[in-house]
Amino acid sequence: MKKTITLEVNGALETAEVEVGTTLLRFLRDGLDLTGAKEGCNEGECGSCMVLLDGRPVNSCLVLAVEADGRSVTTIEGLGKDDVLHPLQKAFLSHAAIQCGFCTPGMIVSAAALLREKPDPSEDDVRKALAGNLCRCTGYRQIVDAVHAAAAEMRAVASVDDEGGAGKPVAPEEVTA
Amino acid sequence: MTAARSVGLDVPRVEGLEKVTGAAQYTADLKFPRLLHVAVVRSPHPHARVLDVKTERAARMPGVRAVVSGRDFPLHTGIYLKDQTVFATDRVRFVGDPVAAVAAETPEVAAEAAALVTVDYDPLPPIFDVEEGFAPGAPLVHPDLGSYEVVPWIQPKAGTNVCNHLKIRKGDYAKALGGAWRVFENVFRVPQVQHVPMEPHVSVARVDLAGKVEVHTSAQSPFTVRHLLSACFGLSHGDVRVHVPYVGGGFGGKAGINLEPIAVALAMRCRGRWMRFMVDRHEEFFATVVRQGLTATLVTGVDRSGKVQAQKMHYLWNCGGYGGYGVNIVRAAGYTCGGAYEFPNVEGDSIGVYTNRPVGSAYRGFGMQEIHWALEQQMDKVALEIGMDPVAFRLLNALGAGKSTVTGQVLDEHAGRVDLCIRRVADEIGMDPGRAKTPYRGKGIACAVKAPAMPNDAASSVVMKFAEDATLEILIAGIDYGQGLMTVVAQFAAEALDIPVETVRVRGCPDTDLSPYDWQTVASRQTWATGNAVLRGAEEIRRKLCDTAGEALGVPASELILRGGAVVHEASGRSLPLARLVMGYQFPDGHAIGGPVAAATSYLPEGLLFLDPATSQSAKPVAKWTFGAQAVEISVDPETGQVTVEKVAACYDVGRVVNPGLIKGQTYGGIVQGIGTGTMEELVLDTRTGRALNASLMDYKIPSTEDVPAVMSVDFVETPQKDGPMGARGIGEHTMIPTPAAIANALCDACGIRISEMPITAEKVWRALRAKENAAKGADAEAAVPSSVTA
Repeated sequence: MKKTITLEVNGALETAEVEVGTTLLRFLRDGLDLTGAKEGCNEGECGSCMVLLDGRPVNSCLVLAVEADGRSVTTIEGLGKDDVLHPLQKAFLSHAAIQCGFCTPGMIVSAAALLREKPDPSEDDVRKALAGNLCRCTGYRQIVDAVHAAAAEMRAVASVDDEGGAGKPVAPEEVTA
Repeated sequence: MTAARSVGLDVPRVEGLEKVTGAAQYTADLKFPRLLHVAVVRSPHPHARVLDVKTERAARMPGVRAVVSGRDFPLHTGIYLKDQTVFATDRVRFVGDPVAAVAAETPEVAAEAAALVTVDYDPLPPIFDVEEGFAPGAPLVHPDLGSYEVVPWIQPKAGTNVCNHLKIRKGDYAKALGGAWRVFENVFRVPQVQHVPMEPHVSVARVDLAGKVEVHTSAQSPFTVRHLLSACFGLSHGDVRVHVPYVGGGFGGKAGINLEPIAVALAMRCRGRWMRFMVDRHEEFFATVVRQGLTATLVTGVDRSGKVQAQKMHYLWNCGGYGGYGVNIVRAAGYTCGGAYEFPNVEGDSIGVYTNRPVGSAYRGFGMQEIHWALEQQMDKVALEIGMDPVAFRLLNALGAGKSTVTGQVLDEHAGRVDLCIRRVADEIGMDPGRAKTPYRGKGIACAVKAPAMPNDAASSVVMKFAEDATLEILIAGIDYGQGLMTVVAQFAAEALDIPVETVRVRGCPDTDLSPYDWQTVASRQTWATGNAVLRGAEEIRRKLCDTAGEALGVPASELILRGGAVVHEASGRSLPLARLVMGYQFPDGHAIGGPVAAATSYLPEGLLFLDPATSQSAKPVAKWTFGAQAVEISVDPETGQVTVEKVAACYDVGRVVNPGLIKGQTYGGIVQGIGTGTMEELVLDTRTGRALNASLMDYKIPSTEDVPAVMSVDFVETPQKDGPMGARGIGEHTMIPTPAAIANALCDACGIRISEMPITAEKVWRALRAKENAAKGADAEAAVPSSVTA
């Protein structure tokens, strides 16, 4: 059985006819060619398929495409804007927080959801927020460090924005750490 | 113009942008027109004769395009020992052994059709235990072992389950044991574990209408895949083309050949169509390869000074149903059987045994974590028994310059310094023998050593060429599946040619039609072997650029140097930017010289010698050794038995740190993977049915962020490797070798118990603590009765 759905994906409206049993992951990958979200287990255990659904992180292998009807989805492809990387993407690069890269999109998406809720997370907050994103390569240390660095940069930018762009000076190490 | 330095600096990963944006394409991300989907019929029996395979009903199902089984493809394959066919023909040897396969228009139809294939089996008695498989008269897993093709340096024993046996005989073990002050014998065990790459195995294949085979696959070794596919299907290498896009982790599990033959077999029956074979996470656990199990029996004889005089090592490897790759782990564990120590008198036996478990193959460290689990606990036990500090005992017996390995190779001063690694990690963790003890907190140490385990002629090569704007393009066929090969290749080239690293592009997703040859990405050999090929290529390019520039400037080429992206004549201050030279130089009158600058270079390890077949003595059996050590501090919850690794210190002699951020990543990753196999992981089989009981990420736990030690301290010694690129040697695998043994030794320090069988689970610790308590109570009770006899 098929159903027509309309949803916002990375800021663009998409309308498509999908089989009702199709997962959001399969729809994104096969229907929209958004292959950043990966299939690592297809049972919600590895986090490689993490996307934001109305701003909240979900394993897209456990969500049906029809459940996303009328809602908003953000994938790794929609996190930055053209040439401007999201602070998390920059921090993952500068902290050597990537190895094979298969878990990286899901990891960054989970971290983005965390920083939206908690702009200044503790070590424990970061570890808990990423506990559902498995990585077999990195040992996680540089990933956790990258999330803290991105959080610092985002707070610095936010504080500048709050004060009309002319507020208190931003310590350079906070921006680039 | 300033010099462009890059080796030793934190150059960001060159393919990082692709990976953080989602642009990086892995095999399952590639799009193919009218893709067919593959489902495999697998044996439900651990050991059975295959009497008949009926595929007719499956073939008639609408949407099915091809069905194949063993009778269609009888040729054997295997990288060292050809003991496997594409599909089981007369016999299945583990639960999951492929018997037939289906290609269909949708995954659902493929799965339904696979269920319609009926197979008649005659079950045979299975063997799961390695000692049972090794015992005389055990049922044979491979009755035809004597007829298999095998490379000359692997020694299977026809009429037994032994697929390889490597013997080390050094000095006079029996005499030394007789003269020893004290002798200790212990047995240690390691179960089979799974690699758990985040990307499951996947291969896509097509045979075009002209008969050319094309494969896109998640693999560590495109050329070895091509070589083995050609042999398996009787094709010319020239008619098989293998592409490897980005690979989502491998750790050895994607070395050699894996899913590719099944996809190609189906493609041969359905010309012109692409088909994708992707295992699901469940199959990944038992139907792809796993790490071999080990039972190690060690005997150590020491003299009064604490020097080991006699050492016996008996390693029995549980290879599972096929040993095509695993036989070389058996060999590597043999010639490395003494670990990081000098043992003057050695009796070593490393024996691979077929069983009816999942297939054992390469896993990061290639047998080394397993033997170090045994050896490093044995060293600790012996030290404590004779009243010596485990750190001092290790330093007394450690290998180093002028000392000889178990094969009789005498190490020179370039070989690396395990002694420095031991001292640094012991200092970092605070292992002073007089330290104050806290109940249920302990410290432990373990060493590590590994050499590349590969054929003596395993080669790597590169092609280096320029684009018009002097962007340097480097084609490699080593796979960067996370370890950072593409980045270090760019760094070596940039450093050698004195050009900005940003102007280098490494083409790291090989295509065997276009890329230069590389044996395999295994054995921690790429930075070293491909790195050396790059330096040779850079030298050739430097020479060509200087020849052309010399003619252009009218000065001798020998007076020119490369600096900051230009060829410079220092005496006159004149220079030419590379962009004016890389396509040839044109004089003001219009005539041109030189031409597009490129180089094709290779590296083959030099001077390696076979092992003596009877004693395995050899002056240079391997290209290089990388030594290291780790020390850990742990805490134990006495109520639950849960072990928490609080702090880890790691130190390796890597020759040269090429990229600090990447090498730290390798080390953190290795430590945490070591904590996984050391404390959590085991592929559990039901010993009645041979089926895996924990084949999911829910039941087979690997470390998450919450299992990472609070502190991981990483340090490196840099004793340059003589034949290493800018002194570098391999490190990728070594980082997970000593972790489990160091944890086991810390556990003994914390509460006086020893777990001899990996992993150190809370349950095992809890049981051992209760047993210790009960023994203490028993001893108290016995002590109260003066006449009782106690051991």
